[in-house]
Amino acid sequence: MMKTKKISKVDLIFEHIDPREILIKVHGMSSEEIIEEILESGLKGRGGAGFPTGMKWKFCSEEKEKTKYIVCNADEGEPGTFKDREILDRVAYKVYAGMAIAGKAVGAKTGIIYLRGEYKFLLPQLRMELDSFHKLLKETGYDFEIDFRLGSGAYICGEESALFESIEGKRGEPRNKPPYPTTAGLFGKPTTINNVETLVNSVIIMKYGSDRYKQMGTRYSTGAKVFSVSGDTPIPGIYELELGMSLFEFVKEFGDGDTKTVQVGGAAGFCVPRKLFANTVIGFEGVPTGGSMKLFNSSRSMYNVLHNYLEFFTEESCGQCTPCRVGCQQLLKGIESVKKGESQSTYLNELIKLADTMKIASKCGLGQSVGNAFKSIVENFREEIIY
Amino acid sequence: MYQTNNLVKDLVKKYGRRRDSLMPILQGIVEKHNFLTDDAMVEVATELDISAAEVYGTASFYSFLDTEPRGKYVIRVCKTITCSMKGKHEIIEALEDMLKIKVGETTSNGMFTLLETNCMGWCHKAPAMLINDTPYTELTRGKIIKVIKEYMEK
Repeated sequence: MMKTKKISKVDLIFEHIDPREILIKVHGMSSEEIIEEILESGLKGRGGAGFPTGMKWKFCSEEKEKTKYIVCNADEGEPGTFKDREILDRVAYKVYAGMAIAGKAVGAKTGIIYLRGEYKFLLPQLRMELDSFHKLLKETGYDFEIDFRLGSGAYICGEESALFESIEGKRGEPRNKPPYPTTAGLFGKPTTINNVETLVNSVIIMKYGSDRYKQMGTRYSTGAKVFSVSGDTPIPGIYELELGMSLFEFVKEFGDGDTKTVQVGGAAGFCVPRKLFANTVIGFEGVPTGGSMKLFNSSRSMYNVLHNYLEFFTEESCGQCTPCRVGCQQLLKGIESVKKGESQSTYLNELIKLADTMKIASKCGLGQSVGNAFKSIVENFREEIIY
Repeated sequence: MYQTNNLVKDLVKKYGRRRDSLMPILQGIVEKHNFLTDDAMVEVATELDISAAEVYGTASFYSFLDTEPRGKYVIRVCKTITCSMKGKHEIIEALEDMLKIKVGETTSNGMFTLLETNCMGWCHKAPAMLINDTPYTELTRGKIIKVIKEYMEK
C-alpha cells in the first residue's frame, strides 16, 4: 500500500484576513521576489490542470510587451465543482488581492474576472466589494484595476483560450497552442490566467510564506485544496483538505458506508472503483482534481452515470474539431447500442480505441479528457454498461 | 416579438463599438427581453459594423443567448448527474404539471419557458434550477409549487 496522509481539514481559503497588510507587504517586494516565493511554494493550478503557478507568472513577467492582462477564470463548469462560487461569495476580496499580486509580479495593470453566467446573481455583491477594494488598492499604491465579464452558459469557455475568445466577443472556440497565453493570450497580449482558488492561494502564500505553505500536503502536491463533495454522501458540501490523502481515507470521512466508486475531477476526471481506494492518492502524483468529488453508492447504475457524462460532452463540445465533435456522439451512440443489444459487447473495445484517438487528436482539453471517464468507467464497470 | 427601441443604442453607449463589446451588448438585450430577435441582431451588427452572420454566429454558440422566443421567466433545470440522481425527473414533472408545457416549450401567455441545462454548480444542494438569473436549490415538488405560484402572481 502507498504511503498516504490522513484526512486533515484546514481553514485558510475562507479565513478572514486583512488584505491591506498583505498588499503593503507585497508592495515592498520586487517582481522577482514575489515569483520566487510562489515558485518555492510549489503551488499548482487549482482549476484541475495543475500547471505550476510560479512558472506561469515567470513566463509572463519575462515578456517585453507593455500591455499585459491578469485573467481570473471563474467559469467553473466542471460537473461537481462549486467551490469557486463559494470562494467568490465569501472571500472575493482575497481573489481581488491575488489578482493585484499577480499583476505586480508580471507587470500587468488590468485584471478581468470571467464569471460564468450561472453565477450572475453574485454580480451586484461582487461589484460592491470590488469598489471598496479598488479604494484599498489606491491607498496602498497599486496601479491595478479589475473588471468583470460574464459567460453565457458554455462549459468550453473554462478552457483558457476559449475564454479569451469569449471575452473578445467571439464564439468560445479554443485556439491552437502554442502560442501559450503567457506569450499571446487575451487580445494577443501576454496574459496570466489563473483559477479563483489559485489566486487565493497566492495570497495565503504571501501571508504565511512558502515554507509554512509547503508543510501542508505532499512533496508534489503542496498545500491544501477546496473539495466540492456531492453525490451519495450524508454530508455534501465544501471542504478544505490537505492534498495527498488516499481515497480510502476520503471515503471513510464522506461516504455513506456503501460507496461503490468515486468520480474524481468531474466528468473530465477519473472513476475510481472501491478496490482501488486504498492505493489512490488525491493529488498531482495520483489522481488530480479541480475539486470535484462525486460519490456513487451501489444503488447507482454506472451506465446512467456514463450516459449522463457523454450527453454532457456531446452538448458542450464546441464542434470545431472532428475528433471531439464526432467522437462524443459516437461514444454516446455506441454505449446505447451495446446496452440495447444492437452491438456486441466487444464493440466497447472499439469505443475505447476511439476514446484513445480523441485523446491524441482533439484540439483542447475537452476532447482530450472525454476518454478519462469513458475508459475508467467502461474498464471498471463493464458488466453494468452491457447488461 | 419586441421592439428594441433605444435599448441597443443605450447598450452601445455603455459598452462601446468594439468587437469585444458584442457579448455584453447581447447579454444586455437578453437580460431585458430573454431572447434575441433577428431584428435585434441586425441592429447590433449595424451598430458594431460587423456582419449579422458574425453576431448570429456568436449568439448561437452560447446556450444563454437564445435566438428563439422565450417567456418572461426562463426556467432552466439542471440535468447533470447529481441533480439527475437526486430527483430532477420529479422536478421536471412538477413543472410540466403546473405550467402545462413540456421541456423546450413556452406557456401560451408568454410567461414561462421550461428548459434543461448542464451543471450549474449546486450539486451539494441538488436538485437545482435557475429562473432567469436566480438559483433555486434543494427542490421538492412542494417547493416548486410555492416558487412558481409566486412568479405567477408577479
